[in-house]
Amino acid sequence: MKVVVLSGSIVGSKTRTAMDYTMASLEKQYPEIETTLIDLKDYDIQFSDGRNYLDYPGDTNYVTQTIMEADAIIIGTPIFQASIPATLKNIFDLLPVDAFRDKVVGMLATAGSAKHYLILEQQLKSILGYMKAQIVQSYVFIEEIDFDQKQIVNDDVLARIDRLVEDTIILSETYQQIKQAKEDQYDF
Amino acid sequence: MEQYRIDPSKGLEFGLYTLGDHLPDPHTGERISAQTRLNEIIELSQLAEQAGLDFFSVGESHQEYFTTQAHSVVLSAIAQATEKIKIASSSTIISTLDPVRVFEDFATVDLISDGRTEIVAGRASRVGNFELLGYPLRDYEELYEEKFELLNLINQQEEVTWQGKHRAPLNQARVIPRPKHGSLPIWRAVGGSPSSAVKAGYAGVPMFMAHLGGPASVFKRTVDAYRDAAKQAGHNPDELPVATAGFFYAAESSQKALQDLYPHINEGMKKTNGQGFPKQNFAQGADPHNVMNIGSPQQIIEKILYQHELYGHQRYIAQMDFGGMPFDKLKRNIDLIGSEILPVIRKYTKQ
Repeated sequence: MKVVVLSGSIVGSKTRTAMDYTMASLEKQYPEIETTLIDLKDYDIQFSDGRNYLDYPGDTNYVTQTIMEADAIIIGTPIFQASIPATLKNIFDLLPVDAFRDKVVGMLATAGSAKHYLILEQQLKSILGYMKAQIVQSYVFIEEIDFDQKQIVNDDVLARIDRLVEDTIILSETYQQIKQAKEDQYDF
Repeated sequence: MEQYRIDPSKGLEFGLYTLGDHLPDPHTGERISAQTRLNEIIELSQLAEQAGLDFFSVGESHQEYFTTQAHSVVLSAIAQATEKIKIASSSTIISTLDPVRVFEDFATVDLISDGRTEIVAGRASRVGNFELLGYPLRDYEELYEEKFELLNLINQQEEVTWQGKHRAPLNQARVIPRPKHGSLPIWRAVGGSPSSAVKAGYAGVPMFMAHLGGPASVFKRTVDAYRDAAKQAGHNPDELPVATAGFFYAAESSQKALQDLYPHINEGMKKTNGQGFPKQNFAQGADPHNVMNIGSPQQIIEKILYQHELYGHQRYIAQMDFGGMPFDKLKRNIDLIGSEILPVIRKYTKQ
């Protein structure tokens, strides 16, 4: 199984801090799984112009290919202007319409205000659903107060991330079994 | 239809098209050389002709896993290797070529082939050709529309005066040689969506509609949109041919056909398009109302006749060589088309 942990912003540090912990939790709980962290801040990614993702050069090509090759993805995002950042939306726009078919996607949000709690429910889930993802329904929502000095200082948040990681992997393994059972029905 | 060299009294035309893909055989992981692939494509056109097929066409793609970038050169070889079969591109990416050169090439191929050549002009689904040939991708639509129009103009008149945005102006330019019959049938390639089909309709040019899979009825909307648009723009839809093009594979049973074909399509699409073909959708391809012509010869006959009833099209073009399909299987398919499928299709579709 290949898992991609995606930090969806080029601004700030909270999402990256949470994704670092997500990576650590993955590696601790599932050391056998191949994991890749993609922090959009580390890449120079162009805006989507509608071409097939294979046709982009450089970082854009690397990031889209790595996501397309994953079996499961955990997306971390801050909330900007009551929505996901443009950098993350651009990733979705770069990919094919059904890019998340047969992939399990878990979500985590960091936000400055509790008022943003339903943004993932109302905005990110609908995008992921359109792109055919198997969505991990419960997501992790982390507020500013839970961070200090680029560390998560709330044990409850750490426990929630651990559960998100577990849910994502278990759902992904189970989904692969369902898919296999379905495909075994076909004799081709 | 006469202008496009189509005679409905002979029934639905049947052709083959290749994208010129050059992919490994998924069963062995081996890939034949580009030279072998090119020679096999030329041989395939000869076998198609011998089996009585009407049409053979070769596509242009400029990226990894393809080998007929110089598709007009390949067509020129096919023009020499064959005698009767109609030949064409499928498609020529006119957006990133010079319409003058394209016309010169295809008019030449037409003379070599003794008047059997056609052009299908498309926009490309993968866009490596833009950077490679030096065109900005942001002009994707404009380049196509302008150059397609110019290509048609050159086709209609030997002397052309023209000015546009994406090519140097032509001032009483004589584009020669002229094709054997004065002009070439030029088709607009349409990817299956009604929005592109209406443009072909408004322009009053024949439509070459490619489709991957799905219920045949979905593509009827595209055909209807094309004819409605043609009518609206003052053209007579009865005089405009429609061709459909998609996956084809015949075997003793639909089960065997799915088994033989699936790995080629799935692995081939992963490499050329970045995503495989879901098994569930592929399994539905065997349904009598699905547009993919996969199954036993009898099932395929029924499918094509059903599609013909829906679309009233003039030409069906089968793609069977995608994804490193071994040549002996292609030969077997051509045999089945020639001996079992074609005679029945013609019998029931001729007017």
